[in-house]
Amino acid sequence: MENMNAIKRYAGVIWILLGPVMLGFLLRTAAREVSRNDTTDTWIQWGVFITIFIPIAFGLVLFGWFALKGEYDHLPESSVEIE
Amino acid sequence: MALFSRKKHPDGIWNVIAASSVGTLIEWYDFYIFGSLAPIIASQFFPKSNPTAALLSTLATFAAGFIVRPFGALVFGRLGDLAGRKNTFLLTLVIMGGSTFAIGLIPGYDKIGFLAPSLVLILRLLQGLALGGEYGGAATYVAEHAPPERRGYYTSWIQTTATLGLFLSLGVILITRHSLDADRDASIAKFEQWGWRVPFLLSILLVGVSVYIRLRMKESPLFSKLKEEGTVSVNPLKESFTHKGNLKMVLLALFGATMGQGVVWYTGQFYAQTFLETVCKVDFEQTRTIVIYAIMMATPFFIIFGSWSDRVGRKWIMLAGMALAVICYRPIYNQMYHVTDLTGVDRIDALDKEDHVITPVKGGTASLQTTTRVREYDNGIGTREVVKDTLYADGHHALKPVSKLSKLLPGSPYWKLVWLVFFQVLFVTMVYGPIAAFLVELFPTKIRYTSMSLPYHVGNGVFGGLTPFIAVLLSTIYPGDPLVGLWYPIAIAVVCLLIGTLYITNKKHLYVND
Repeated sequence: MENMNAIKRYAGVIWILLGPVMLGFLLRTAAREVSRNDTTDTWIQWGVFITIFIPIAFGLVLFGWFALKGEYDHLPESSVEIE
Repeated sequence: MALFSRKKHPDGIWNVIAASSVGTLIEWYDFYIFGSLAPIIASQFFPKSNPTAALLSTLATFAAGFIVRPFGALVFGRLGDLAGRKNTFLLTLVIMGGSTFAIGLIPGYDKIGFLAPSLVLILRLLQGLALGGEYGGAATYVAEHAPPERRGYYTSWIQTTATLGLFLSLGVILITRHSLDADRDASIAKFEQWGWRVPFLLSILLVGVSVYIRLRMKESPLFSKLKEEGTVSVNPLKESFTHKGNLKMVLLALFGATMGQGVVWYTGQFYAQTFLETVCKVDFEQTRTIVIYAIMMATPFFIIFGSWSDRVGRKWIMLAGMALAVICYRPIYNQMYHVTDLTGVDRIDALDKEDHVITPVKGGTASLQTTTRVREYDNGIGTREVVKDTLYADGHHALKPVSKLSKLLPGSPYWKLVWLVFFQVLFVTMVYGPIAAFLVELFPTKIRYTSMSLPYHVGNGVFGGLTPFIAVLLSTIYPGDPLVGLWYPIAIAVVCLLIGTLYITNKKHLYVND
């Protein structure tokens, strides 16, 4: 159990890094696609994707942070534990 | 059969399931007919020749799925935790049905100009909003009525509705397409002119029946109890997303379950269809009937896996579905590609047919030449290629004639494709069958509707909904590999599988009454 919790915590670093990597990849692809086809349609499509993925990438970083801090070592089994 | 016969069903549970499932099924039906009829809708409301109309089309396609759906989850989730499950999902049903019916009534772009695409956009956004609010309500409502030890089984009925909604939409479209005239081609022509409205208009009847059933239902017993005790959440959004204890579970639900479930769902039921039609070039109707048969055979497995999760826990069934998808997608799609590939197959020259039709274009400066080539191959596959070319008065042709090839498959390769799609839908049933029970058990009653709706719709609407788009995008960037589009769902499913394996517990939280 101790070992498992240690793995969960160390893996948190991966999720923290994965958020910005994912966003960077998205921004780079968006820039390439927009430069290849510079129309309002393309701008809207990629604008929507980036808008929606910024909070998701932030969420992944936050998830990794929680994991690193040991928040997932034990999952709550009732609302009392959540509150 | 022991799986289904352990205990007597609680009083009224089938009414609860029927009321919730029928409404949710109709919502999915409404959402899908727009997607399935997208090319016809585009020609009626969003002419490509007009940039503003094309822009509205892009907004309708992308905004409805990716922004409005999760937003609907927040709006209606909050309402459901404040005002009750029953009233909220009654409202989402009326909004969805009303919007769908109204789309069927809007005159085309040629009659009312920009008003047509603008109205369609607004109604499509309302559809996305309503869908975002529906599922969480229905799943919560059933789960809160179900006995704890059978929660997976009873909520799995709700899980069949998304697939059956797709099945119903494909079925209604195909039947309508062929029943408008005794002559097949005339019937298809009528469908494209006005018959496409029938599936939209039909929605009002279905919604009417469903509203009637839902109006007779009572509020969820757990929500009623909270209300009596005066412990209903004052601000469920704040409690769900600013309270660390809840937020960490919302994030876990998204990254450890719904994200992977979403891509498996959309790959098995939508990308498979897109791949057959655009990469394998299988005939329009055969593509749809292949998906219909596969869905029909796989649907009972939602119940089987949902029920099984009551015994062995939700986690490993869902993650096994994801793992199988990761391992099998490339071999399955490789088979699909090779079954329909005609490279190296001999053509039966004696059966070649070619037909030319020249139609004058208004104004008389050019005419449209349509060439139809029909070919038969040794393995029984037939092809039909229609090439449209513009012939100008001065004798030159269009720079790039438009060509469309479709393959008609005989029995053996056709049924092989049905089985290959069936296996993909089977993975869907593994990840999707137990997930409602899993999500319900993760959150307390007073913020359940809000908390479970958001990860569900981000996982499905955003990660899943993007699957066909990203897959097509990847195939345009790397055109040499017909299977390159699969790397997106595989990568997302791998990350979700790792997170789920590490962080999700397999314990069943039987007590959800708090």
